[in-house]
Amino acid sequence: MTATATAKPTREITFREAICEAMAEEMRRDEAVILIGEDVGKSGGIFKCSEGLWAEFGSNRVIDAPIAEEGYVGLSVGAAMTGMRPIAELMFGDFALLTMDQLVNQAAKIRYMTGGQCKVSLTVRLSMGAGRSSAAQHSQSLHALFAHIPGLKVAIPSCPRDAKGLLKSAIRDDNPVLFFEDKLMYNDLGEVPEQEYLIPLGQADIKRPGSDVTLVATSSMVGLSLEAAEVLAAEGIEAEVVDVRCLYPLDADTIVASAKKTGYAIVIDEGAARYGITGELASVIQERAFDWLDGPVLRIAAADVPIPFSPVLELPTIPDVARVVDAVRSLRG
Amino acid sequence: MAGNPVIALRRWLSVSPHPRIFSRPMAKSSPRPKKSKPARSAPATRSKSAPRGDGARTRRTRLPDADTVWSMYRKMVEIRSFEEHVWDVYTRGLMPGLAHLYIGEEAVAVGACTALRTDDYITSTHRGHGHCLAKGARLEGMMAEIMGKEAGYCRGKGGSMHIADMSVGNLGANGIVGGSFGIATGAALSAKLRKTDQVAVCFFGDGAANQGILMEAANMAVIWNLPVIYLCENNQYGEHTPFEAVTGVKEIVDRAKGFGMDGERVDGADVLAVLEVIRRAVDKARKGGGPTFVEAVTYRFKGHHVGDAAGYRTKEELAWWMDNKDPIQLLARDMLKAGVATDEQLLAVQEQVEVEVIAAVEFAREAPYPAPEQAFEDVYS
Repeated sequence: MTATATAKPTREITFREAICEAMAEEMRRDEAVILIGEDVGKSGGIFKCSEGLWAEFGSNRVIDAPIAEEGYVGLSVGAAMTGMRPIAELMFGDFALLTMDQLVNQAAKIRYMTGGQCKVSLTVRLSMGAGRSSAAQHSQSLHALFAHIPGLKVAIPSCPRDAKGLLKSAIRDDNPVLFFEDKLMYNDLGEVPEQEYLIPLGQADIKRPGSDVTLVATSSMVGLSLEAAEVLAAEGIEAEVVDVRCLYPLDADTIVASAKKTGYAIVIDEGAARYGITGELASVIQERAFDWLDGPVLRIAAADVPIPFSPVLELPTIPDVARVVDAVRSLRG
Repeated sequence: MAGNPVIALRRWLSVSPHPRIFSRPMAKSSPRPKKSKPARSAPATRSKSAPRGDGARTRRTRLPDADTVWSMYRKMVEIRSFEEHVWDVYTRGLMPGLAHLYIGEEAVAVGACTALRTDDYITSTHRGHGHCLAKGARLEGMMAEIMGKEAGYCRGKGGSMHIADMSVGNLGANGIVGGSFGIATGAALSAKLRKTDQVAVCFFGDGAANQGILMEAANMAVIWNLPVIYLCENNQYGEHTPFEAVTGVKEIVDRAKGFGMDGERVDGADVLAVLEVIRRAVDKARKGGGPTFVEAVTYRFKGHHVGDAAGYRTKEELAWWMDNKDPIQLLARDMLKAGVATDEQLLAVQEQVEVEVIAAVEFAREAPYPAPEQAFEDVYS
């Protein structure tokens, strides 16, 4: 976003740099913060999100783990229970499936099962998203699995500014937070405040105001929705783009208020359609805004297939601008 | 024993007469299995005189100081009595859920936790009551939790399989077999990074020894030289299946070598031997010497859970272990032999403990249930 009248100084950095800055600032601020993951150390990570951290903080705090996701996420849970604030990085979100016992049976439930005796101050950063011809085991968007689990929080930023502010909040949070980063956004540039700032978990953000239709989007689908909004604006349709930012805690109020205002809502998410985020958010909207709606809440999500390899096969399985534009046109028919 | 105050108390409280500390008398004359070699390399085969995996090992004769010995004896009796009463409470329908009893395995938890400081960590298992008590949990809080009461350690949210007491370093029992390898190893990583000299002990069973995360966690403990002890309680059965039917090594400790870790095998009925082995491992870990893998050979005298009649094992096998490897009897015999205790003193401890456990049962029965709305608390910090 461009600098507003308050003119807080900003600068343009990439999504990747925003992630790295957030971790560096929190590691400087609190010795309990450590980073653990595959190749996160000297090499700076496969997506270069931890570049420079190893040199600044050393191998005790920026820890190269063996390729043993369940193991090092499990260690992170134990460390989080005993005074540390680990950030565990899962290179590809698909690998989170190896860690399900640690995250779902352990991290999410330990505080509850023990009657509130401990905190699990753990952040798990993981990538998501198709579009790189990485095929079915390196392209999934699995955030819905974790949003389903009581005890976990899920953040899913769409731009550098939000990524930095939300990640800092996630690291300071005393609960396990899953932090989803779309691989295709790592090089995206965006304005980020010069000064330190936090964005609380659980606040949606209106990325573009509009009066005719609400586009509720997550992660890279926010950028896609903004593009669609430009196309629609040329046709005289003003779309409001609501960035969900956190799946849990969910800011249902902002989403519902927008749907009430415009009378139309479309939910756009890159997870698979069935039993997914779009269904859940559509449900929230229709339960609370039914009498204000002038049409059904539509859903745009990934096709219900594993992500294929060849670009000509892959691209049709994930949402694109044309689908969003067409959906809006069909609603306002 | 008509004038026994415990019996009278039991009658007054209408507690079932079933629980008793010693399930059967120890056959003092039964021969210990003859081993031509140390157990480390002895074949673990079935025979009438020595069932498989008996864990026999040269027993220490030199006792630690009297306070330590008495404290260990008392704690083992406390666990035995507690578990007998859990059985009783369960079969009378006074507790919901499941109960996995530790009877027969008391020496492992007590020997290991005697080697630990209060600020050292343990992680426990579904068969965890003994670990919790040995690490310092109170009887009332334990029994109240098992009955689902507000006064329980987890305020009724965890139950028998999830008792934790962070104030004494007990990071909690785990309902997932092998679920705590990561947690214990992570606690050790935390201790190392925070530069304390705390140590973590991860209790797990022969069943969990076949879970993949053991290999991942143990590998990290070795490469980062973490102060953690993996204490395998090989009680011969993973639920209903004999461990040798599902385990590729005859002695689980042999896996330690593959991890690049020191390993020791110990008679899990011998609290003195367990104490010695764990003390050594703890000392090493505190001094930065890294992790140790210990296999304690033990046996559960009851089924997998209350209600499991354990038809998958023979009466003869069970009788051999109860006659020859009752950890309480073994320690009592050593104490008598060394002149540290008399029969009367040993019996007096049993009676004191029994009174305390009965009081805990009554406390828990009287204690209120949590308010239903508490189901919605503690999900997040």
